Amino acid sequence: MIPEDLKYTEDHEWVRIDGKKATVGITHHAQDQLGDIVFVEVPEVGRELERGDTFGVVESVKTVSDLFSPVTGTVIERNEALDESSDNFEPETINSSPYKDGWMIVVEVADESAFDDLMDHSAYAAFVENEG
Amino acid sequence: MTTTNLKTPLTEKHEALGARMTDFAGWWMPLQYKGVREEHEAVRTHGGLFDLSHMAEIVVTGEQREDFVQTMVTNDLKKLNFGQAMYSCLCNLEGRIIDDLLVYRFENEVWIVANASNRSAVVSWLEKHAEGMDVALDDRTEEIALVAVQGPAAEAILQPHVDGLDLSTVDFYTAQWGTVGGQRMLISRTGYTGEDGFELYVENSHAGATWDLLLQGDEALVPVGLAARDTLRLESGFALYGNELSLERSPYDVTLAWITKLDKEPAPLAKPALEKAKESATTCLVGLTMEGRGVPRAGYPVHQNGTPVGFVSSGTFSPSLKKGVALAIVERSARAAGTELEIIVRGKPQAALVTKLPFVRGSVKRHS
Repeated sequence: MIPEDLKYTEDHEWVRIDGKKATVGITHHAQDQLGDIVFVEVPEVGRELERGDTFGVVESVKTVSDLFSPVTGTVIERNEALDESSDNFEPETINSSPYKDGWMIVVEVADESAFDDLMDHSAYAAFVENEG
Repeated sequence: MTTTNLKTPLTEKHEALGARMTDFAGWWMPLQYKGVREEHEAVRTHGGLFDLSHMAEIVVTGEQREDFVQTMVTNDLKKLNFGQAMYSCLCNLEGRIIDDLLVYRFENEVWIVANASNRSAVVSWLEKHAEGMDVALDDRTEEIALVAVQGPAAEAILQPHVDGLDLSTVDFYTAQWGTVGGQRMLISRTGYTGEDGFELYVENSHAGATWDLLLQGDEALVPVGLAARDTLRLESGFALYGNELSLERSPYDVTLAWITKLDKEPAPLAKPALEKAKESATTCLVGLTMEGRGVPRAGYPVHQNGTPVGFVSSGTFSPSLKKGVALAIVERSARAAGTELEIIVRGKPQAALVTKLPFVRGSVKRHS
């Protein structure tokens, strides 16, 4: 259930690292806790993020939750399926495919050391276990 | 604060169905099974099955039961025929709302159905005022389970299991004793979803069999948890205690004058306070529909042209309308349908329109 090739945060975000690029989304556990997702606010391309910054918001039918940037860097891409003005607006993708089609943004970091303090899959699994 | 120590007789059914369970007013209740949206949709289009056994049932008997209840609640019990039910408030001597109730008048008893969260407050208030009267109060909450079938197909879903009672003769907001799956229970045509439906007051020992019978008898009937119960009631514009209703508000503050009868006999004990509350009330309950994508949540401020006029008491994304909707308590000057207001969504004003309630008109059979 928790992909082994990703890194994780305590705010239930996942990070897929490819050189200096980090694709960011929320975990299966996070989407499951939120329930049916209806709206997502993600930053514009070009926005500078600090680790821990609120970079967006996820609204589900029953609740709202902030998104926290797992790394410091610049947004270089965002998932158009999460843009309400887009023709293929499908926020429920985050429920159905949290680790793949439900990705949110790609952040480019200045230095790969930005990834050092993220959790690996087993640490995240233990974290979810303890939290629950 | 609350400890979860109460379980309904259907807990094992919920767990077997894979429900996510939650503590609700001290009861271990299903929050959702498959998902809010799917459950909500099922109730709007066909039928949903609810476990509402946490609701409090207080049976009132004794010679003076009707005069007693009449002085306790705000609505007029004596207008009811036997078997009829009414929605009402229970107010304290300041005219503030202790709870909102369903009250049934029967030939030899009166039933009061209260919220789980207010059960002890309601029981102690009633006990205190019943002293010295020929009235007996029996809190049967933990003996009676409540199973509800709600949705446009509710009658068709339930009827095959009912012996000797034609459900089409059970009017909206009335109840009759009947036999379901061979067990005697109170069959009430009431609900909290805006859809047609029935609430079955059944003894704990028969709750499981009733649940299984209904679920197995209709493939498209879906178990529904408290999360979808909330989106359904909100779309229907129904108030919820703790959100719209509280000990800080009178019925007049939240547009419940229609269930507050000051001139009935005998008069409600809270009449003097309610008269004052009626004069001094400046707010009302309205429906708000978001114009854009934002989702209103309880506590968000409501403004009119930049000036605060109230707050959101309940908000959600409406699965039926695919928009954010809210119930809000606002100044009466802002109450007219079509009034343009702003809801402050995480610091940003978002356009919202005052909307006539209900947001969604369900299949409920209204009084003709």
